[in-house]
Amino acid sequence: MTAMPRKVALFVPCFVDQVVPQAAVDALTVLRRIGCEVIFPADQTCCGQPAFNSGHWSEARPCAERFVRVFGDSECVVAPSGSCVSMVRTHYPDLLPVGPLRDDAIALGQRTYELTEFLVRIAGVNDVGASFPHSVTYHASCHATRELGIYREPLELLAHVRGLELRPLPAEGDCCGFGGVFSVKFGAVSAAMGDTKLANVDSTGAEYVTSIDPSCLMHLEGVIGATKRKVRPIYLGSILAQQQEAAQ
Amino acid sequence: MSTASRQFVQRAAVKAADLEHRATIERNIQTYDAAVARGRLRFADWEAARNACEAIKAEAICHLDRYLEQFEKNITARGAHVFWAEDAAQADAYVATLVKQRGVKTVVKSKSMATEEIHLSAALEKAGATVWETDLGEFIVQLRDEPPYHIVTPAMHLTRYQIRDLFREKLGADVPDADPQKLVAVARVALRRAFFSAEMGISGANFLVADAGMVALSTNEGNGRLTTTLPRLHVVVAGIEKIVPRLADLALLWPVLAAAGTGQPITTYSTLIGGPRCADEPDGPEELHVVLLDNGRTNLLTAPETAEVLRCIRCGACLNMCPVYRQVGGHAYGTTYPGPIGSIFTPRTVEMREWGHMAYACSLCTACKSVCPVKIDLPKQLLLVRRDFVAAGDVKPAENVGFRGFRWVVESARRFAAGGWLLRKSQAVVRALGFSRSPLDPMYVWTKYRAPMPVPRQSFRAWWRQHGRQ
Repeated sequence: MTAMPRKVALFVPCFVDQVVPQAAVDALTVLRRIGCEVIFPADQTCCGQPAFNSGHWSEARPCAERFVRVFGDSECVVAPSGSCVSMVRTHYPDLLPVGPLRDDAIALGQRTYELTEFLVRIAGVNDVGASFPHSVTYHASCHATRELGIYREPLELLAHVRGLELRPLPAEGDCCGFGGVFSVKFGAVSAAMGDTKLANVDSTGAEYVTSIDPSCLMHLEGVIGATKRKVRPIYLGSILAQQQEAAQ
Repeated sequence: MSTASRQFVQRAAVKAADLEHRATIERNIQTYDAAVARGRLRFADWEAARNACEAIKAEAICHLDRYLEQFEKNITARGAHVFWAEDAAQADAYVATLVKQRGVKTVVKSKSMATEEIHLSAALEKAGATVWETDLGEFIVQLRDEPPYHIVTPAMHLTRYQIRDLFREKLGADVPDADPQKLVAVARVALRRAFFSAEMGISGANFLVADAGMVALSTNEGNGRLTTTLPRLHVVVAGIEKIVPRLADLALLWPVLAAAGTGQPITTYSTLIGGPRCADEPDGPEELHVVLLDNGRTNLLTAPETAEVLRCIRCGACLNMCPVYRQVGGHAYGTTYPGPIGSIFTPRTVEMREWGHMAYACSLCTACKSVCPVKIDLPKQLLLVRRDFVAAGDVKPAENVGFRGFRWVVESARRFAAGGWLLRKSQAVVRALGFSRSPLDPMYVWTKYRAPMPVPRQSFRAWWRQHGRQ
């Protein structure tokens, strides 16, 4: 615990900031609870993933440059998203031309973390004192698992949440169908993939489906609404932020 | 926007809503998944095997010219003819000329995606020959007048009941209980007649072995050996990327291909062909012709970052793993090679403006990369196709304007905050007016298939200003 960085810069993905801000508020709550000093660099906007994934690299590059400028001095950057962290760590090196900026981006990517990755691997915490007396199933999101290698961290944290009953999700690592630009270019296919995912979620009978990627959950929430399902999506950091319900 | 692109989006949407299709594909691919999981366990270290296969194929592609010439020299020394075809037209013309000159009336084919790619059957029928597909799956889709649905399992989309109905209609054979063994027997009778009358057999190649000068085939039904030994003429059509340096490389590549493709320890028949029949041999073809096909493959060598695509051994694992393929199926793409590898290979080898759109039929879930036995970074390649597709300039003007607008907005935190505010307010208005999920909704691209997004009262950054500092 002594080696844990005390100062954390919060990287709030654009859609979290504007559409699902509670995920960032909850991540902040958890980080402060374990003793981090959290700052929010107000000049941040978007990591550039929408443009990059669409093939518009010259529109994505200024985002990467901005990210390095805004967060470059931070000892440690934490985000409530696996996908956006992967954009920084995995894809900035492809996006940026060889040079000092790219070197800085690569170094910064090594100290930019998804929330649960930071909690378990860096801070060495797997119990954040959360309480959530509900049945939950966990969707292992694509970029967090296969690009960042985050498999056990979210499960360790969930295992220490009081009252939480974790129900294993069949094909937990299958894509939910969001895929950013894909969700609008191939809307019908994206929704069908969400439906396939949710059929697995249904089979667990869990009250909640959780993930460390709010973007997957935003998409699943839309498909849940359109298919009139009852299961509720909840960001994993939001579960971690919950304490005794009586105290809420 | 190309016609192919519009058709793809339409067909994909139709298939995505076809629950019967989804169930058939899920059932078939789940059988595959279970077999492959067992297949990988036969390796002491599957990851080490993947690394070794990657190294073998990378070496082969790095020295493609040298190994191809070595292959040509060695197989020619045993009496085979090698023809270097720059494109589909040259390859088709070469084989069609053989058909005419040698008076070929009947051609039997074993499974080959390279011949699908160049539409060889159509060219040979034009030259006056009758062409029989002899792989059971290929035979079925040929009877249906369809292209293969999948590069390894061409009739994956069909149930045995559909095949029973097809055989009744096209072959006049009645198998009321659709028993698979009896259906196979029906096909066998039809195909035996073709085998015994054919003057030409056409196969693909799974590998071309440079040091031995041999063609390596992996097959499961025995039709491959009949095709390559019974007729007077044997023609091999193989993409130039099929080359491997050494015969010893097959010790690993053969079982890895089988494990990744079907979950088998090794395919039922593993065949090596080194030339036409020798003077002292009892059987085999009188002539062997090998058509080495470029057809756009060398485009992938023009940039170092795309060369890895040529490592592909066509096992089909990336198709099976792809959640989009599992929804839309093989025919929606409208190309010979569907799925992740097809969405890279097609625009690169055929035409970027016409086919680059395929790379967008992907949620970038990266599952394909995790199963590729030669470790092609498929998601990265799909992103590179998207980049080059945008550069090629066939993106909708509205999209270009949109991303320029995106850039303008995110280059300033103030504009970004204002843009988000506008989005939330406009969504609140749309909802108040009851336009949500209608074409009047500016977010209709999202809400057409989903309930509307939440509209929070304030953004995180606004919340932070009020409550964030402790």
